[in-house]
Amino acid sequence: MKVQQISVFLENKSGRLAEVASILADADVNIRALALADTSDFGVLRLIVNDTVKAEKVLKSRGFSVGKTDVVAAEVEDRPGGLYKILSLLGRSGLNVEYMYAFVQQSQKNAVMIFRFDNIDEAVKLLLHNGVKVLSGQELYAL
Amino acid sequence: MIYDIRHETMPREDLESLQLRRLQASLERAYAMVPFYRKRFQEAGITPGQIRSLADLKNVPFTTKQDLRDNYPFGMFAVPMDMVVRIHASSGTTGKPTVVGYTARDIEMWAELMARSLAAGGANRGDIVHNAYGYGLFTGGLGAHYGAEKLGASVIPVSGGNTKRQVLIMKDFKPTILTCTPSYALHLAEAAEEMGVSFADLHFKAGIFGAEPWSENMREEIERKLHLSAVDIYGLSEVIGPGVSVECHQAKKGLHVFEDHFIPEIIDPNTGKSLPYGETGELVFTSITKEAFPVIRYRTRDITSLNCEPCICGRTLVRMNKVSGRTDDMLIIRGVNVFPSQIESVLMEIHEVEPHYQLVVDREDNLDVLTVKVEVGEKLFSDKVKKLQEIERRIQKHIKDYLGVSAKVKLVEPKSIQRSEGKAVRVIDNRKI
Repeated sequence: MKVQQISVFLENKSGRLAEVASILADADVNIRALALADTSDFGVLRLIVNDTVKAEKVLKSRGFSVGKTDVVAAEVEDRPGGLYKILSLLGRSGLNVEYMYAFVQQSQKNAVMIFRFDNIDEAVKLLLHNGVKVLSGQELYAL
Repeated sequence: MIYDIRHETMPREDLESLQLRRLQASLERAYAMVPFYRKRFQEAGITPGQIRSLADLKNVPFTTKQDLRDNYPFGMFAVPMDMVVRIHASSGTTGKPTVVGYTARDIEMWAELMARSLAAGGANRGDIVHNAYGYGLFTGGLGAHYGAEKLGASVIPVSGGNTKRQVLIMKDFKPTILTCTPSYALHLAEAAEEMGVSFADLHFKAGIFGAEPWSENMREEIERKLHLSAVDIYGLSEVIGPGVSVECHQAKKGLHVFEDHFIPEIIDPNTGKSLPYGETGELVFTSITKEAFPVIRYRTRDITSLNCEPCICGRTLVRMNKVSGRTDDMLIIRGVNVFPSQIESVLMEIHEVEPHYQLVVDREDNLDVLTVKVEVGEKLFSDKVKKLQEIERRIQKHIKDYLGVSAKVKLVEPKSIQRSEGKAVRVIDNRKI
């Protein structure tokens, strides 16, 4: 019930993001979701791709620092209050969301959000227990 | 192994009388043959004959790099050119290069000292020496080369550069001894890793690294990554090249100065006053056996101290501590003296940080700003921004706590800091003062 995310360290200068995109394009890797967190000096690019192993390999070979993290992809009802429902659930249980971002594609009628937790196992358990659909890697890449 | 038992383990009393004899002869020769030295003696109102003890040496005037420049190129040579068989020069990054010459006997003596040095680091006849010091005007390459041959080892004169080929050679020729700069040693480790070659599978047992200052933490890093025993070797072309002093692999605690050829002194760089053993100051050398290019009280600008305690290796030669900096690369940041090697030590205290860093000094609004660039390697990287910022703050705090200077810390991408094949570019000073 976990999805692998890769993250890449980028200096805040022009062309770095394009460089990553171009390396992945050349390797025929499709970016399915992406979020960039940045400070004035550097950024951390987080990616969900269709081939994590290959993406990690090509980026490392080009000298990037690459990390791998397990994240959770959960369906969120695509209507007012959909996200709140999940966040309040997590909040009540004291589970902290490190960061989150949206997946591009919908799963049937629902939006898909990517969540990064410190305590991922407990988070997955809680979501499933409360009837939230959590997508596996296979399901996610197939969207 | 001790290569020259007689000279390296000589009782101090015998060594000092040998030194005095050699010093007197060397001063006489320099006085007779080099107009510059004769003039300096005359200006000071002394003659070589007045040097009757080693303690009298402190009455002799110093020689500086500027003096060598003023006599560019061959003005300091003490023999006719037809006796000079080799010429080396130091890179002239801050002016004209410094040119040095050697007679056949100087070359022979230098080879002996380098054989001693390699042996002190753990090499023996029968070893294969991968010599990645640069060959050419720089004394490192040929110095180590002649020493390895003198020792009876097999030398691979691979020189600097072409790192990928070096890794292949290390795999196929199975060298057992590595000689290069410490920063290039780490560069080799990095290149090998990229090529899928592990140093654990190579055959190195020891490395003799020098030509740039490096910290104790960097030694640990090198020993861990290259799976060998690392010792520091010291030298400068003005004195002879590498092989002025070297650490023994038994103690790795200070570099034994080959005092039967060079007399070391520590002085206060501001007043020129001689300092006793144990005190830190500028290192000064007088050569006592060199023919072509004798140096008298040459100011190295290197900061260290001398240690006369007996060593477990059996050598009676005095030890100089690792050079902690130079009087001329000392950065003054808002009035605080900072040596790049100190910052390196601080960085290496933080285990996520690899020794790939660069100091950039700027002047913004008339204030010095020190920026420490640190590469984000696998160990340091995190997908969480706050974790990266926390490391930035930790480095900043360490530098402030240990050195009393505020620094900006900038995390940069791996391999974005210039790696030279020889010396690492550690400091960029953009201040116009």
